[in-house]
Amino acid sequence: MSRLIPVRETILAAAILVLLLLISSRFAGFIAPSNLANVFNDTAPLIILALGQMVVILTRCIDLSVAANLALTGMVVAMINVAMPGLPIPVILAVAVLLGAVMGAVNGILVWKLSIPPIVVTLGTMTIFRGIIFLISDGKWVNSHEMSPAFTAFPRMELLGLPVLSWAAIITIILFGIMMARTQFGRSIFAVGGNPHAAVYTGIDVGRTQFWAFVVSGALAGLTGYLWVSRFAVAYVDIAGGFELEVVAACVIGGISIAGGIGSVGGAVLGAIFLGVVKNALPVVNISPFWQLAISGSAILIAVAFNSRSGRTKGRIILKSAEATQ
Amino acid sequence: MTTAPQTRHVPDRLNSRAARIFKSWEALLLAVAIAIFVINSFASPYFLSAWNLSDATFNFTEKAMIAFAMALLIISGEIDLSVASIIALASTAMGLALQYGAGTPELVIIGLTVGVLCGAFNGFFVTVLGLPSIVVTIGTMSLFRGISFIILGDDAFRGYPASFSWFGQGYIYWVFTVEMLLFVIIAVIYGVLLHKTNFGRAVYAIGNNPTGAMFSGIRVARVKFILFLLTGLMSGVAAVCLTSRLGSTRPSIATGMELEVVTMVVLGGVNILGGSGTIPGVVIAAFVMGLVTFGLGLLNVPGIVMSIFIGLLLIGVIALPRLWAMAAARRTP
Repeated sequence: MSRLIPVRETILAAAILVLLLLISSRFAGFIAPSNLANVFNDTAPLIILALGQMVVILTRCIDLSVAANLALTGMVVAMINVAMPGLPIPVILAVAVLLGAVMGAVNGILVWKLSIPPIVVTLGTMTIFRGIIFLISDGKWVNSHEMSPAFTAFPRMELLGLPVLSWAAIITIILFGIMMARTQFGRSIFAVGGNPHAAVYTGIDVGRTQFWAFVVSGALAGLTGYLWVSRFAVAYVDIAGGFELEVVAACVIGGISIAGGIGSVGGAVLGAIFLGVVKNALPVVNISPFWQLAISGSAILIAVAFNSRSGRTKGRIILKSAEATQ
Repeated sequence: MTTAPQTRHVPDRLNSRAARIFKSWEALLLAVAIAIFVINSFASPYFLSAWNLSDATFNFTEKAMIAFAMALLIISGEIDLSVASIIALASTAMGLALQYGAGTPELVIIGLTVGVLCGAFNGFFVTVLGLPSIVVTIGTMSLFRGISFIILGDDAFRGYPASFSWFGQGYIYWVFTVEMLLFVIIAVIYGVLLHKTNFGRAVYAIGNNPTGAMFSGIRVARVKFILFLLTGLMSGVAAVCLTSRLGSTRPSIATGMELEVVTMVVLGGVNILGGSGTIPGVVIAAFVMGLVTFGLGLLNVPGIVMSIFIGLLLIGVIALPRLWAMAAARRTP
């Protein structure tokens, strides 16, 4: 029964529904389909990044460099666009994904080959990537009038009533749903996070799987970098500053265990949507946007406390070592 | 955690004490610090000046105060990423108290109390609820700074009393600042606490083997809780110094400082996975980082480019010994 209806996701979905009902009781316009579509579109970058982060966290790692990766890729593609305005969008997209993947690979190599703790690696690369943005841009902004119209129009282009940005999130969700459930890579991610020793004995290379998880996360950050810069039509050093925490928050709220091995695509998406709804609802219900940071912080704490409670009763690990209970 | 069981190399006899000291991480770090000092004095004519060097200490004194407590926390196998946000909240609380007419002693007490309370909050989630410290402190990192933003918005608190500026701007004697004195006192306290007391031994024991520590009668949860309190307290002290030095409070105060504190601790030879590390190492690391950023500053390198060096330093100090070991392992089959 609990296999058919994942408990955690159901509770989270219910929480989002209650939240929407509460808001709509005072502001009916908020749950109009067009507004909900707007909220989804606004949350799309968070959804894409949360899915990448999910894969990394599932393998017992963490990627704090996603926002810096996003900003660096965004700056690079914006500068390429300024230098070569004629370059078609698919090429830009390919460059963004590739560059992001390369940065993810740098994280992955350091974790895989040198077994440096992921948090140290990505804290370091986070500042390095931000610094590189300053070096290549000289601290200057790339503004909308310098970008080509095609470059900025792409994420806004409507297909079947939804902008491309939303479609990017939807396609990523579908691809990840297939990848996590139906491919060898997806299953090995769970195996590595659930029990690395057992994974080794089943012939899975733990380090290599972690490496590819970082590459996936990096590639998605790169993709989001282009979408972000073209959507807001500006690129500078500090774009998406601190966004990595929101991404981790979305995962934690979505029930992805920071200890690895537990989590689902649905959870990550719902976690991101929860934060997206809160963010979009604050100005509507007339609360200062300065509350956003404290609310997402509290949401992380509540979610992690709640998840560890519900996880404890399930007895997932039979021979749980005493060390883990400390 | 990924490899199969390894065979362990057991030497026939232990190295002599002198050889151990000479080959230690601290000795290497000290050599690096001296090299940076020499390079800097050649690179810029303004480096070797007592007043300039005195100003340079502000680059690291506040961070180092937190780094000492953080070193103990990391040795015990936990981490606190919320220290910069604790500074923001403590500073905001002091600013708020100022609006209600608090004087300098009250301001200091409030700053330190808020720091301790924030540490207790982290400690509660980690030790009582048994949650991983990394997630808890990522959460409180947003929460504490978020509360500052709620209170302050895009505003700032100013107008701290003149006597309050003593902590961050005062001098004890000639070029020696109040912060330097605090830095030395705190370094000695933590050095004694970690290396000369039962509590310090317990911290190492917990970091090496929490289960073993528990079975040898150490109250693991209580020690960890105290370490979170100490980290909070030190963040409070740093908040007093920083607020006093800047003379104002904004909610974005000390943004990103947690990274520099962790870098300082790791650079000081503390194992990020817990179990080993020393206070003298952290002291030298503080000087290394202070000298690097000060030297680069004299050469007109912008702050964000310096952060590249900090990032490279953080990864480099962990990566190089491992590369070294890998190369050595390849040579001797």
